Amino acid sequence: MLDQPSKNGHSNGQLIVEDLTNLTFSVHRKVFVSPEILEDENRAIFDKCWVYVGHASELKNPGDFVTRSVAGRPVIFCRDRQGTVRALFNVCRHRGALVCREREGNTRQFYCIYHGWAYNTDGSMKGIPGDDAYPPGFDKQSKGLVPVPRLDHYKDFYFANLDPNAVDLATYLAGAKEYIDLVVDQSPSGRMEIISGVQEYEIKANWKLLVENSVDDYHLVTTHSTWLNYMRNSGVNITPAKGHMLPTKGFGKDLGNGHLTTDNPNYRGRPVAKWISVYGEEAKADIDAIRQELVGRLGEARAARVADTNRNLCIFPNLVINDGSSVTVRHFTPVAPDLMHVTAWALGPVEETEAQRARRLHAFLTFYGPGGFATPDDVAALELAQKGYAAWREVPWTDLSRGMGSSQEQLATDEGHLRVFWRKWDAMMNGAPA
Amino acid sequence: MNKPLDPAATVTRAEVEDLLYHEAELLDSWRLDDWLKLLTDDASYYVPPNDKPDADHRFTLFTVADDIVRLRERIIRLKDPNCHAEFPPSHTRRLITNVRIIGNEGDLIAVAANFAIFRHRRHEPPRQFVGRYRYKLKPTDAGLKIAERRAILDAEELGAMGAVSFLL
Repeated sequence: MLDQPSKNGHSNGQLIVEDLTNLTFSVHRKVFVSPEILEDENRAIFDKCWVYVGHASELKNPGDFVTRSVAGRPVIFCRDRQGTVRALFNVCRHRGALVCREREGNTRQFYCIYHGWAYNTDGSMKGIPGDDAYPPGFDKQSKGLVPVPRLDHYKDFYFANLDPNAVDLATYLAGAKEYIDLVVDQSPSGRMEIISGVQEYEIKANWKLLVENSVDDYHLVTTHSTWLNYMRNSGVNITPAKGHMLPTKGFGKDLGNGHLTTDNPNYRGRPVAKWISVYGEEAKADIDAIRQELVGRLGEARAARVADTNRNLCIFPNLVINDGSSVTVRHFTPVAPDLMHVTAWALGPVEETEAQRARRLHAFLTFYGPGGFATPDDVAALELAQKGYAAWREVPWTDLSRGMGSSQEQLATDEGHLRVFWRKWDAMMNGAPA
Repeated sequence: MNKPLDPAATVTRAEVEDLLYHEAELLDSWRLDDWLKLLTDDASYYVPPNDKPDADHRFTLFTVADDIVRLRERIIRLKDPNCHAEFPPSHTRRLITNVRIIGNEGDLIAVAANFAIFRHRRHEPPRQFVGRYRYKLKPTDAGLKIAERRAILDAEELGAMGAVSFLL
């Protein structure tokens, strides 16, 4: 029997306790430390949800491939010689070795170094050395690489699902689609691309802490004061809006099905399209032109929606697309209860000029990534939290009650959108479908 | 000018080593304002991504790509007690070896070196950052200045190194 989250709350062994009488929302810290819970998450969540695999722009030509880990499984994400995008388990049908060891490349086949079984880029069997030794009924042609059970994309963002019976991707994404659209609309042709250069690093903390951290604007002022100083020195007005913790009044939103986002009026520089002095005078006219293209294509209102808001979007369970100082695509995978692996890219419109691309990448590094001015302090905060959970039995409850009972829309500095994640997490851990 | 410039011929490897060892001492003792004085007014500092070590920061997402403006801001941040990833400052120790003058780049001297940096912090495991430096040094009346420094990590990914919150 677990301790009670509050004086009058009754956990009854539950890990997530929402007390609508006392307006408290509590998460039991066992969920951050227990190997059994991680195993349950892998089966109940990662094996049931649509999880991010990659972006179509990473596979420009037939034969292009990248190797990925999808829900912990080794996967080849490739465009076959006929041009079809595929996700194949990177596992030889013979004895199980990886058939592709490279990070990325272009190939005519996948080849197992162990006994030489070879596969075409569509996964079909290409050849087995010495196949005359197999008995007559041996069906060589059925020994192709196994595709992931489900693969689909929304506007070039590819997701896989290990559950053959899962709902379709569009249904799964629910209200998150609208927020992907706001990112994709930055490209005149609706085509965004992953920019070369990947950031892969570990955080010694539970993966769910990065979900919270990615959308939690409450921590910004304390964790990221040095970043705010840098922004101020770069020509950004960081004075809090009247009655608020941040320069603008932003919101935390429930997008359905466990997806959530912040939605904040912009106060900082944006490559699309808000100039600040750190970009340099020569960039001013260029940013104006980007803005005009946007207005001409989308109209004033939609252009403002795209260009004048910052949004940190979390697609359940583990994909985050931040559209702020730049655009990041970041996903993270649990390795152990206290260890996650993070992979992050920059995303930009395919039409960008060299100067625009350079500006986007420069802006990315002001905040994001392991060498940025903010992310290392997030890592420090998450790792300190994980350290604290060593006392999970004695100090068991995490509080996520900010904004509860408010009759107003939830602010980005409230925790209403974090509670969206936890309700979905709790439901799926108790057997609900994705 | 009749004769092509050969700035590399104007310095010895010992002079370059003196600069690099002095720089290492300043960085390891967190005398960051003194370290800034080693730089030219247009200096830059790069940590390329692990998967594209030879890429150009204008087209590729780096781990760090600082011009002098951001580099000065980075020092402001690193000296701030609210730089949580580096407060209190990490204990770092950098071993620099295989120093070579490898040629000229215009009026700059190209220098290569290897590094192993050990980082220790309370509450964290020891971390090792191993790789190579590429410097562009500028001969001035006040001695050699650093116009560009590039720290290229050998690891396939940052992985257990985690963040690059201090200066490599």
